[in-house]
Formats: sequence, structure tokens, C-alpha cells
Amino acid sequence: MVQMEINKRPFEAQEGETILDVVRRAGITVPTLCHIEGLTPTGACRVCVVEVEGMPGLVPSCSYPVAQGMKIYTHSPRAIRARKTIIELLLADHPDDCLYCVRNNRCDLQGLAADLGVRTQHYGGEKSAYREDVSSPAIIRDPNKCILCGKCVRVCEEIQGVSAIDFIGRGSRAHIGTAFDEGLNVSSCVNCGQCILVCPTGALSERSYVKEVLEALNNPDLTVVVSHAPSVSVTLGEEFGLPAGTDVDGIMCAALRQIGCDYVFDTAFTADLTIMEEGSELVHRIKNGGALPMLTSCSPGWIKFVEEFYPDLLDNLSTCKSPQQMMGAVIKSFFAERMGLDPKRIFSVSIMPCTAKKFEAARPEMMHEGETPDVDAVLTTRELARLFRMRGMDLKTMEPETADTPFGERTTAGKIFGASGGVMEAAIRSAYMLITGEELGDLNVKAVRGLEGRKEARLNINGLDVGVAVVSGLGNAAKLLDEIRAGRNDLHFVEVMTCPGGCIAGGGQPLDTDLTSVQARLRALYQLDETETKRTSHSNEWVQRLYREYLGAPLGEKSHHLLHTHYAKREVLL
Amino acid sequence: MTTETLEKPDINAILERHPDAGRDALIPLLQEVQEAFGFLSRESVVAIGRHLGLPASKIYGVATFYNQFRFQPLGRYHVQVCRGTACHVKGSFNVLTALKQALKVEAGQTTRDGLFSLEVVACLGACGLAPVITVNGEFFAGVTPAKVDKIIRDFRKEAEAS
Repeated sequence: MVQMEINKRPFEAQEGETILDVVRRAGITVPTLCHIEGLTPTGACRVCVVEVEGMPGLVPSCSYPVAQGMKIYTHSPRAIRARKTIIELLLADHPDDCLYCVRNNRCDLQGLAADLGVRTQHYGGEKSAYREDVSSPAIIRDPNKCILCGKCVRVCEEIQGVSAIDFIGRGSRAHIGTAFDEGLNVSSCVNCGQCILVCPTGALSERSYVKEVLEALNNPDLTVVVSHAPSVSVTLGEEFGLPAGTDVDGIMCAALRQIGCDYVFDTAFTADLTIMEEGSELVHRIKNGGALPMLTSCSPGWIKFVEEFYPDLLDNLSTCKSPQQMMGAVIKSFFAERMGLDPKRIFSVSIMPCTAKKFEAARPEMMHEGETPDVDAVLTTRELARLFRMRGMDLKTMEPETADTPFGERTTAGKIFGASGGVMEAAIRSAYMLITGEELGDLNVKAVRGLEGRKEARLNINGLDVGVAVVSGLGNAAKLLDEIRAGRNDLHFVEVMTCPGGCIAGGGQPLDTDLTSVQARLRALYQLDETETKRTSHSNEWVQRLYREYLGAPLGEKSHHLLHTHYAKREVLL
Repeated sequence: MTTETLEKPDINAILERHPDAGRDALIPLLQEVQEAFGFLSRESVVAIGRHLGLPASKIYGVATFYNQFRFQPLGRYHVQVCRGTACHVKGSFNVLTALKQALKVEAGQTTRDGLFSLEVVACLGACGLAPVITVNGEFFAGVTPAKVDKIIRDFRKEAEAS
């Protein structure tokens, strides 16, 4: 225990805690632009400086450990003046185009300038002039708006183990860039968008497809079919001031119809369909000596990660397309045929928690009959909120509606796909049925739930000993893959989600995503699972009908053609 | 000339000389590779990254921090512009601008035809001749923007003639 004083009040702290940790615990807000909870502090932005009695200079509270007898002044005139000067200097090399910026009103730099009362420009001079990187189908980088806090670099390296970007150059020419300053599209970037979530300014944003969707909605020749991912209904509300974890499923359906979508489907339906295919594939692999462990293939950031970093394990990836792409495929085939629509006149939109889904939708493997994409546009949760606001949708007063048939029915097994461990739990529920012909007694597989980076379990299904693992965050995935490469062979099935915690913490989710909101979203999904009655993918009646009327059987010829694919080694600068 | 310098440099041979190198060996390794190849190619950077367990972005970041590393092969004529104090006072900034315009490259780059590479150096130790540039080690004294055009023209002619 360390005794200290914060703003003349006595306070106790643990040895090794940083000043920032303690000050925050004391209920005082010291601003920072570069701090990420749980990651290496760098002290890059200096905005968190505080005055410590007896120290000649101000100290960065995020990276300075507390000491016995320390007397800290968090908001002394000197500290505040320093913070204000730092913001003024950052603004001196920042475009003055807040009104036109994607982060207007959601920008940490803008917020701090307002909080600190920056009202005049004290510093002028030449501003940096970088080219925007618009090469990626998922993420836009504008280095002119970058304040070099380095959060994107740390998330990319420490959480995702990708390191697509780093600090390039020196001094006034320093900027964030890829190897050889190439476009993101040819870098090792997996499009996960975690960098966008941590970016304090508008330097990183998703590539927006709102305009394309609006044009489709205004085009009378097109039938607009929209499908929303399992996690979106428990996060969208936050964009409209509802508490984290509020499920707005029905209201979102109503709002999507109001803005002109012709059909509203639920991607959890194809999550159920994925389970039928993937569960069957797993059983097939176990019985026929296929490549094990089988790795899930729902998360497109993860797919690109395997293509780049672990091409030797591509055979282990499930051949199942992701729920988004299965939805696109059945919309442009079964649905189009059934409704007598020309697939080319269907505009299919996905609402996703994810920026990598934009990349996935544009992959050459994901074209309908090699011509048009199965999914024409992908909107993140944030973009959908923007679209709703633009069209004056008031989520707080709307009456809920249900999704359309045939792809609107879902079970909670498909719904929990939104959280890390959800795919695994849904798969176990149905694989048990596939192997034994009976329902699993207790459907709750709690060992694979929660936000930990890795969860493992051993199951006994009719005498068959099955090892499963669930990892989220690509850094965690890489550690497990290294074990598998080194010969670990006790696992049969591994679920991998690119983003830590799964889609509820995806790179396309609301910007205020933090541990508290992610926990609330997680609870919301399992709350639905606890209260609803249909909890297994194989009990989804429309999934069964789809097999009866169109697909035949899981892993059948039609399924193989529409719902499965293969990936190949990808050459990028690693 | 020894036989070793006649052979094409081999990145793997260089890396094999440092089997236990860790990330702290990055800069000496970059120097050694540049010494052998004249520049740091993408292939070299990737190979070094694989050897040291470092991502290419990080290596590029470190290498761009220092002026000494280049990412394009040297031109047939390597032009060094002195930007030291004496040369600066005598107008080397305008000389550099004139060179960039004449060659249509930035400092650190090589012209597309591979003829000229441009490099800025801190001091060539010939302050009495300021402003000074060198081309393949040959000194040019009291350079002006007008002289730059002539120097470049002459070397172009020389290259065409051969």
C-alpha cells in the first residue's frame, strides 16, 4: 500500500499502479488521447500530464507509477495550461474541417479542445499534406487528421498480432503507414477495424456504403433486401442513447422497412444454416479422417489472417462461407427463384458489426454465378445509425415489427454467434444431435462463454471425446495456432473471432465500445438465449424447409455449390 | 577485385551469418544488407523480418527513421547534395530544388530510367567550395541552379554516348 495525496485529499494506492489508474479511481477525469486500458502505456500525447510536488516538470500520469508520499495536482493551472497548449499545437497541424469530418461530434480531439476552452489559433504555419489512403474496401486512412497517438499501431500489434502499420519517418515527417507506404489493400491489414474504434480523431474510418444503399433504395427497378447480423440488435441502441445491451431487434426491423427496404431478414437465420453445414462438416471430418482441428470460418478478418500468416493451416479452415455470405447466396438463388426476381435486380445489403465484412463481400469467391456479388453493400452498425438519423428514424418511439419470411426466423443458437463462444456453443448443441440423434440434456455450455481470450473444454458425446477451444483477438488465435503447428493434437474444433470478445466488440460497432458496454451486450445475447424456447439451429423450421425444398441435405451438392468455398495463400508484405 | 564482390549478393547468405540475431540486431543487419545490395528491397526487408521475427512495417519504420537507408537502387550516377551550414549559406537549398526539378525525384529516390539517384548529405567537408555537389564522387564547386542543369545534361549525354 502506498499513501499519497490527490488534490490535497489523502488516497491509498497499490504499489505499481500508475497515477492515471489511481486518479481515475478517485473519480477524477484526467484526459488522454493515447492511453488504451491494458496495453503498454507510451506517454505519446502528453495530454494526461499532472503536477507532482517536488518534481521539476509535469509528469505523464498514464505511464508514471505512484510512490509513497506523492502529492499530485491533477488540475493545477500549470497542468491545465500545458494540456491546452498541447491541444493547440495538435490543432496547428490538423485540418480545420470538423463540420465535414466523419467524426464530427464524436472526436476526442474536438472534445478536448472544447473542454479546455480553445477559442483562438495561437499557432500557425505549414500543415502536413498527405494523401488519403482509399485503397482498402473496408478502411479509409487520412493521415492529415492523425495526431500520432499510436493507438492504432498498438492495437494492430498487441491485440491482433498483425502489425500492418507502424510509425514511418521521423520528426515533422513522421506518419502512420504500412511497409513501404503502400496502400492498406496490399498490406497485411485484415480489415478488422479495431484501429477505428481506438482512433481519437477522424484519421481512421470505415469505407462508407451509405450512398450506394440510398441510391438502391431510391431506384424503383431494384428490390432491396437487407439482413442484419446477430450482434447488431444489441448494440445499435447505444447510437440512439439507449443503455448498452438494449435489444432493438424489432424496432430495427420496423425502421429498415420505413426507410424503404423491401425485405428484412435476420443473418442469425444463416447462422443457423452455418451450424447445420459446419456441424455436419465437423462430424464428417472426425469420421473420415479430415484435417483437424477444424477452424471456424465466420470471421473474415481471421480468414485473411490465415491466408497470410498460417497458409499451412488453410486445410483446417471450415469450407463453410460465413453467415453473411450464405445469406447473400440464398437471397440471390432460392429467394430470387421463389419470388420470380432477377438476381441482378436484387440489391442485397448486410448490416454488420464489422468492417472486414466489406472486404469479404467484395471477394471474388463471393460472386453470384461469377457475375454480381452475393452481397452488394455492407453497412456497419455505425453507418446504419447514420442512415437512420438521416431518415429521421426515432428508435425510442417506434413499434417493433418482425422480420420477413423465409429468412427471418432464427433460433437463439444463431443469435449467440454475436459473442465469442457462441458459434461453438451452437455447434455443440447441434453436433450432439447429429451424432446421437438426441437433444443435448443441458443446452448451456458455459465453459465456452465469456470474454476471456481463450476458453477450452472437453466434451463426451456418446463416448467420443471431443476437444474444443474458443479464441478471440487474433493475437490469442496466433498463440493457439502456434501450439497446433508445434504438434498439439487434442483439439477437434476451434472457434476463432477476429475481434476480442467477438462481434459484440467488432470494428463496426458504436465508437463508445468499452469493456462495460461489451459486457452488457454479452449479457443481452445470453438473456435472449435463456428466455426464448428455440435454442438449437436444427430446430429452425425454415432452415429445415430450405433443405427440404431446395438444398437437399447438409454438405449436399447444392450446399456445396452455394454455401461452401476455399481460400488460398495470400502474398503480402508481412 | 575479389571473386566475392563479383558474385550477386545473396540475402540468405547474409542472414545465415547471423543465426542467433534478435531484434536488437536490426540496424546492423540493415546496414550490412544495404552495403551488399546498395539499397533495401522489399524482398530483403521481408527476409530480414522473417529472420528476426519482426513485421515489415516495423522494419520500414525503423529504416525510414534514419537518413542512411534507401529503398531504391542507386542510379548509374549518384548525386550527393551538401546541405551543411556553409553550403546552406551559399544557397544549397536552391541547388537541391533545381536538382529535384531536373531529375523529377525527391531526395532518396532514383529516376525511373535508373540513371540518377539523389541523396542529401550533411557535410562533404569541402566548405571552401560551397555550395558543393558530388556525382559518383566527383566534386562540383560553386554550384548554382543554372550549373545544375548543365551538369545533369552532360551526364545524360555521356550515358547516351556509351
